[in-house]
Amino acid sequence: MIDMSVDLAGMRLPNPLMTASGCAANGRELHRFFDIAQLGAFVTKTVMADPRSGRGTPRMAETPSGMLNSIGLQGPGIRDFAAGDLVWLESVGARVLVSIAGNTADEYADVAAALCQSPAFDAVVGVEVNISCPNVANRGLVFACDPLSSARVIALVREKVPPDVPIFAKLSPDVTDIVEIAGACVKAGADGLTMINTLLAMVIDTELLRPQVAGVTGGLSGPGIRPVAVRAIWQVRAAMLGGRIPTVPIIGVGGVRTGDDALQLVAAGASAIQVGTATFNDPNAPMRVKRELAAALQARGFARFNDVVGIAHTRLDRKRQ
Amino acid sequence: MNPEPQERTPQVTGELIANRRVGDYHHLTFAAPGVVERARPGQFVALAVGGDTSANLLRRCFSIYRAEGGTVDVVIAARGPGTRWLTDLSARDEVNIIGPLGRGFPLPAEPVACVLVGGGYGSAPLFWLAATLRQRGCHVEMVLGAATRDRLFGVAEARRCADGLMVTTDDGSEGVPGWVSDVLPAVIDRSSAEIVYGCGPMAMLRSVTEVAAAHGAVAQVAVEESMACGIGVCMTCVMPVTGDDGVTRMVRCCVDGPVFRGDRIRWEAFDHGWCRVPQDAHGAITKSDASGAVTKQGGAQ
Repeated sequence: MIDMSVDLAGMRLPNPLMTASGCAANGRELHRFFDIAQLGAFVTKTVMADPRSGRGTPRMAETPSGMLNSIGLQGPGIRDFAAGDLVWLESVGARVLVSIAGNTADEYADVAAALCQSPAFDAVVGVEVNISCPNVANRGLVFACDPLSSARVIALVREKVPPDVPIFAKLSPDVTDIVEIAGACVKAGADGLTMINTLLAMVIDTELLRPQVAGVTGGLSGPGIRPVAVRAIWQVRAAMLGGRIPTVPIIGVGGVRTGDDALQLVAAGASAIQVGTATFNDPNAPMRVKRELAAALQARGFARFNDVVGIAHTRLDRKRQ
Repeated sequence: MNPEPQERTPQVTGELIANRRVGDYHHLTFAAPGVVERARPGQFVALAVGGDTSANLLRRCFSIYRAEGGTVDVVIAARGPGTRWLTDLSARDEVNIIGPLGRGFPLPAEPVACVLVGGGYGSAPLFWLAATLRQRGCHVEMVLGAATRDRLFGVAEARRCADGLMVTTDDGSEGVPGWVSDVLPAVIDRSSAEIVYGCGPMAMLRSVTEVAAAHGAVAQVAVEESMACGIGVCMTCVMPVTGDDGVTRMVRCCVDGPVFRGDRIRWEAFDHGWCRVPQDAHGAITKSDASGAVTKQGGAQ
């Protein structure tokens, strides 16, 4: 038996598999397919302060090995979430990583504070801060594209969340230097990083000769972007190993469909794995990937998941010697 | 806490038993034990396309045409790579199937007269519905319409399973020239129908809803909205529907539908293939939000 357990910034999880924010709703739907308490953690859909209808439709377009989505963060608002969805998640025994966002840095802090008041807060094993949101106070520039804006959000959220609950900054790959943003977030108090969010992309409907999604642009996800995730995790992990930024755990996400896909992200430096778009194809994908990853580790003679995290960096060093 | 078995949604490997060409469509029959037993008229199945390593990740959703004896039947129009992959399959090929999904047609408690209106292959779930209604003592009229004769589905079957049938085609190649909404008023009046069930394109469902209301009947319509997952997690198949509390929400067609009361759908929000969020909808994005959101949004789901 492989020891799949992982310590994620002080949170002990029985295994490293998670859903990905926005790809699993808030639990009830996937619980019709498998017991979500068997996941390392269930990651909720990003919640903001107020209820949001999201955008009009069409909201998606299929792309080669992936999809474009433009949902617009539809959600119930933090109060309904904290009193409803989170209570349900706790009732089925799920460990929950709650994804939050805001239109302003202060809204992030308010959402975090309201989350901590939930009667089900004990189920929360971490807070994932989705900084890929337009900053209303900065001409709509996405927080995650600016180190100062990112750091300000992280610092404000860190103040509101109890110290024993880790917070993770979810980074966008749409930046010139992801290491710079990662470093800014960690120095501001992020206990870990989630990498990567979707890539900004666009599809044209060639019949109607207009953008295919109503929001014009959208987020690209799925196996098609997996090499981008591997690259981003590699770069940030390398910066940690090289002492350029403090070392914190990375949650890998981006195009994972199989255990082998997950192993790529782990070898690049991810201590946990989220399965997102693949869930649309196979609702059981998070649990299947968990089994496949364990089998892949066993087949390579490993006894512990933890021994493989970032292993590709050591193999590269060997080649260079 | 494990989900109770009866609350689980089956995901099975279905084996294709038959693939028949019917007019412009293909009628596929799968052996899909587990899916069939709990299915109700109006529910649908979500089929994976292209096999385990397919580059087309999104499931294709189809109304259940029939579900009996361990098999499930669907009707498919080959329009894109996914539907072409399905219609090119041969007997004994395997397809991953999830279902039954969604909420089916609500059935009347009393044996009232009903009109079932199908546009194109949107008629597929109506034959099974007709049989179910007649078992309950309902008088059942059917109206089938399409652009051309080849795009009608199930005319012969409708003759067998309904008490009356009207057919329309845009070009007059079969039945009455024109649209289903041209003949529907007379059918409702003649049969004193209290419920009009509809399945087909959105524009047709809107006119079915309007005609039903004008003639004292309630419309129950099954919508065709594009879905990425079919199981309620992707949030792409939403549309504005007004609830019992009078509040309009962007609801998911896959889990909250696909059948809705026609008069609850905010039809005015649909325009040229777009559907906007009504300003009075719960949590509607304000104009100040939207200006930044459209051009600057990066990766928000």
